[in-house]
Amino acid sequence: MPAATAHATTTATVAPGPVPGATAEIVAFRPPMRPALQRAGEMARHFAGVILPPLIVIGLTLFVWQLLCSEPGARLPPPTKVVSDAWDFIVDPFYDNGGIDKGAFWQITKSLGRVGIGFSFAAVVGIALGVLIGQSTWAMRGLDPIFQVLRTVPPLAWLPLSLAGFRDSHPSALFVIFITSIWPIIINTSVGVRNIPQDYRNVAAVIRLSWWEVFYKITLPATVPYIFTGLRIGIGLSWLAIVAAEMLIGGVGIGFFIWDAWNSSRISDIIVALVYIGIVGFLLDKLIATIGHFVSHGVAAQ
Amino acid sequence: MHPYLKFEQIGMSFRRGQMATEVLRDIDLVIDKGEFVSLIGHSGCGKSTLLNILGGLLQSSTGEVFLEGKVVDEPGPDRAIVFQNHSLLPWLTVYGNVAIAVDKVFGRTKSKEERHDWVMHNLELVQMAQAKDKRPHEVSGGMKQRVGIARALAMQPKVLLMDEPFGALDALTRAHLQDSVMEIHARLGNTVMMITHDVDEAVLLSDRVVMMTNGPSATIGEILKIDLPRPRRRLELATDAEYARCRAAVLEFLYARHRVPARAAA
Repeated sequence: MPAATAHATTTATVAPGPVPGATAEIVAFRPPMRPALQRAGEMARHFAGVILPPLIVIGLTLFVWQLLCSEPGARLPPPTKVVSDAWDFIVDPFYDNGGIDKGAFWQITKSLGRVGIGFSFAAVVGIALGVLIGQSTWAMRGLDPIFQVLRTVPPLAWLPLSLAGFRDSHPSALFVIFITSIWPIIINTSVGVRNIPQDYRNVAAVIRLSWWEVFYKITLPATVPYIFTGLRIGIGLSWLAIVAAEMLIGGVGIGFFIWDAWNSSRISDIIVALVYIGIVGFLLDKLIATIGHFVSHGVAAQ
Repeated sequence: MHPYLKFEQIGMSFRRGQMATEVLRDIDLVIDKGEFVSLIGHSGCGKSTLLNILGGLLQSSTGEVFLEGKVVDEPGPDRAIVFQNHSLLPWLTVYGNVAIAVDKVFGRTKSKEERHDWVMHNLELVQMAQAKDKRPHEVSGGMKQRVGIARALAMQPKVLLMDEPFGALDALTRAHLQDSVMEIHARLGNTVMMITHDVDEAVLLSDRVVMMTNGPSATIGEILKIDLPRPRRRLELATDAEYARCRAAVLEFLYARHRVPARAAA
């Protein structure tokens, strides 16, 4: 939500900008001015205000990086060398040479598949538990301290335990994603259920909704914004966890790709993979935020 | 023959640990069918508590409320409430907010088309039919409260409870809604119990004004019958002697005899 509102306010401040100063002329020349000049002006402003700053900062960063790593004996490659070294990896994300030697697309897809499974489990179980816990003050008081402690356990700390339990690397990786991302979902959902205004409960009481009707007509829709806050944090954490888990369990996946590249000293490949991971994580976050925006209708606007 | 609505020796205490605070005591009141009764009193005098006991949202510590001879002990659509802050569900449209009540209350007795017509009928009654597809945050405060009234009316309550329904609105909107409520009351003949702390509102709308003493241990101080012919028009009443007398009587009660002590008000 914060990102969405920030975006809305920036466009809002840009859009009405040209109007106050130029009111008189605009009224006089309205039909010809509007489509051509004024819109071009607005687009230029938008470009200068929103798109230009990140481009400049990225450019500067690359430039400084290039300067710092260009001297002989530099331990990390400069951007130009990263691109030339990893060119094959960048231009052809779909190659498949068998084994674990696959293109970026396949590596990322594999990792995303794991996140999809682990995170889906976490979402279903987390929302269900969160709703249950939110209904009961007793359960909240009893379980909250446990959750608060468990949620700070780093993803990798769960891995030995799950390997011991499952005796197989694949379900262990899924479990690590599950256990890492479930806490914020539980906690946010239960807080959302507790924060349902008494007014809504009164309305439900007056029209005598049954337990089940209260759940799906009042509790669930009223909690949706909280649930999606939890899901957003959760998907970010699960993407963190997958990379760490794959480094240890091996096989195809963007996490082990990095580890494999390190073992064969392909530093440039690692840097490209980092950029991919960052972009995918960003897109996952935006995806959940967008779904949340559509599902929660006007609730968040209150 | 039972009285239509009867409060019998209602008392209410809230307990917090060892401390028990008596909010209401010895409330006795009988309301006739079709009567419009206002409860007026200073903040903290337990008006809302009394309304919530009638609404079934609170259980009285002593005494009982009888509606058509039956004890009231849980919330129900026969005592629909118009809440002070409208309490519309923000994820539903204006239509949906009325429909959720209509579908639940008349789900068994009315067909789908009948329920749709009934929702639209009630939205038309409060002049909100044209905004039926808007969500609550897209309409003004006065319009939200209109929808709240439509939702309550749509349940066909035996008593309509209004908890400071216009308290959060500006003066012009409030006057507008008061006129609407008078019109609806004249058309449908509902029994209404309304909380207010606006003296003009109480005198303008009510058949009787119930004045509460200050809490703790608040009770009914005085009941004033308003003998003004209906329909009442606020412009004509402004110069009406009887209106002025009633208004003065309520003001006298509130500000001369039952002033809030400075300490309690803080």
